Amino acid sequence: MKKNDTNLLVKGNEAIALGAVAAGCECYFAYPITPQSEIPELLSESLVEVGGTFVQAESEIAAANMLLGATACGKRAMTSSSSPGIALKQEAISYMAGSQLPGVIVNICRGGPGLGSIDPSQGDYYQTTRGGGHGDYRTLTLAPASCQEAYDLTIRAFDLAFLYRNPVVVLGDAILGQMKEPIKNWKERVVLDGKGLDWSLSGARNREPRLLKSLYLSDGALAGHNRKLQEKYQAMRKECDWEEYRTQDAELIVVAFGSMGRIAKSAVRKLREKNEKVGLFRPISLYPFPEAPLDRLAAQGKGFLTLENNAGQMVDDVRLAIRRHADSGLHCVLPGHLANPDDLLGPIEEAMPAKAG
Amino acid sequence: MTQAIQTEEKQVFRLPDVLADTATHFCPGCHHGIVHRLLADVLDQLGVVQDTICVASVGCSVFIYNYLLLDTVESPHGRAAAVATGVKRANPENVVFTYQGDGDLAAIGLSEIMYAANRGENMTVVFVNNTVYGMTGGQLAPTTMVGQKTTTSQQGRSFETDGAPLKMTEIIAGLPGVYFSARVAVNNVKNIKKAGKILKKGFANQVQHKGFSFVEFLAACPTNWRMTPVEANERVGGEMIDYFPLGIFKDNDNDGL
Amino acid sequence: MSRVEIRENRCKGCLLCTTVCPEEVLCLSDRMNSSGYKVVHVPESLQEKCKGCSFCAEICPDWALTVFRDKKGGQAHEKK
Repeated sequence: MKKNDTNLLVKGNEAIALGAVAAGCECYFAYPITPQSEIPELLSESLVEVGGTFVQAESEIAAANMLLGATACGKRAMTSSSSPGIALKQEAISYMAGSQLPGVIVNICRGGPGLGSIDPSQGDYYQTTRGGGHGDYRTLTLAPASCQEAYDLTIRAFDLAFLYRNPVVVLGDAILGQMKEPIKNWKERVVLDGKGLDWSLSGARNREPRLLKSLYLSDGALAGHNRKLQEKYQAMRKECDWEEYRTQDAELIVVAFGSMGRIAKSAVRKLREKNEKVGLFRPISLYPFPEAPLDRLAAQGKGFLTLENNAGQMVDDVRLAIRRHADSGLHCVLPGHLANPDDLLGPIEEAMPAKAG
Repeated sequence: MTQAIQTEEKQVFRLPDVLADTATHFCPGCHHGIVHRLLADVLDQLGVVQDTICVASVGCSVFIYNYLLLDTVESPHGRAAAVATGVKRANPENVVFTYQGDGDLAAIGLSEIMYAANRGENMTVVFVNNTVYGMTGGQLAPTTMVGQKTTTSQQGRSFETDGAPLKMTEIIAGLPGVYFSARVAVNNVKNIKKAGKILKKGFANQVQHKGFSFVEFLAACPTNWRMTPVEANERVGGEMIDYFPLGIFKDNDNDGL
Repeated sequence: MSRVEIRENRCKGCLLCTTVCPEEVLCLSDRMNSSGYKVVHVPESLQEKCKGCSFCAEICPDWALTVFRDKKGGQAHEKK
């Protein structure tokens, strides 16, 4: 790998691959799909170079189940795909949640439903934040808005996965995946100490056998297990992360995540140049959703407008967060359109409290 | 143990420690119990019990971890071969095997088994073929015989609409990446002893890093065949072995001679 | 005298053992175990016919049979 702290001009996909290697990823399971294929292309070389394992699977389903197997052995392991492929992985992710396995799953979201498009989209928000498979479970979800964040959050995803023994999703989109930006490749590849893996499988040598399962048939057993999982999901609350830009004196808070958050920020800057009192709140962790800071802003009487590159999904969480004080307007850029900052100026101005009356 | 009075006696049949000392949930006459014991014997004889990771599948054998005291991970239905690939790639020094039924391996898991086999994953697959989905109550399976009545082929499997049973051992043997593929049965003592030897080869191959080994067990399912255990056992020896011939179909040690 | 010991709580009365015993010493008894299965047994009259070949134990799917073989005269069988 290159010397640390170098500036690399890379795509978001490549930043994620670099982040995975830096995070000490040991196994990666791939399947080609636009717009994320640079991740497997890069890792097929760079991961193997550092002694890691790369397998291109026969399907996204198989790749996700290979991830289940590798994480069952306590390895730092990852799979990546895009929306239709991520849909195929949902059952395995539910099993990983039920068996408490620390898999990292990267979704470079594309237009849907169905074959949709290879355009950017945020249409997988519900699936990712509500647990896309069967049963009551959640996956920690991190949403980068820049290539640097894609690098940093991939590293954090591995740490959080093992901290909580839970699958973690890095949710990007086609913009993030394909755009190039300079990043600081700041992290030396982490050396794993193998601690805290007393649950992982390695062969029952001079110890009792270990079992990783999600089947609980005896009376009340699954209820007990689910209670434990729910406590874990509550404990994740402290991992909330977000960015606030000029919210202090803002009359209107624009709430947008990922690439939309980036585009909205430019719009907010432009409006600030015209002395419009508007600010940006950009959730970085989508689960756990940063409710408390939004509630605090709402308590100050601010107005809210949620901007999304889907038909409106995160707006539910925003409304839940601010329900004691306010409601949120919604402006959707439907997948298939690529919003630029100027497209957002009108909708934001219209939502300004003074104008909205 | 009661002491014989006149002459000394010797216990001649021993169960290995890796086999849990417990009753099983299997139906009377279900061959899973025999396959579990053979598996326990082979791991014990090869001295690899403490290095083995079991990849369980979904079906009547889902509780294998209650009976074989091994590190075990439960895989989703049909995905054991992919989970085992992940396990083996992560821990190449462990002995890794899947234990799957015909629904799990030859229906929903067909893609996974074909690819694990053709990648030549250094693992052992124990495939128990009883021609029905047992756990869910006896539905049509990929290996259901033509004419065999099941709860979802109540007039008998029809070749025209349901096709014919899949011969997995031959299919797997045809894949270039495969090292060893054989079919055995446990319906009589001769077959049981032969099955033990072939299963041992299937694991020894892995220990010697030779690649992918596949062992299919023909098995009885009295409950869902609506037969007595003895009748079901006879059916294995008759109709099933006629259609699913026993033997080694691929062995790169001596290319299946 | 060789003999087979039956762990009655394990036997499910499947009778597979009876199909492989060369001396046909095993048969269904009318005793029922706690799970409600009638269990196999070796009638008194047939006990000395048992040769300790352990075929029955080989095929028993429930691992319910333990087999003992008597030592003939001077043959030194070291304990396995």
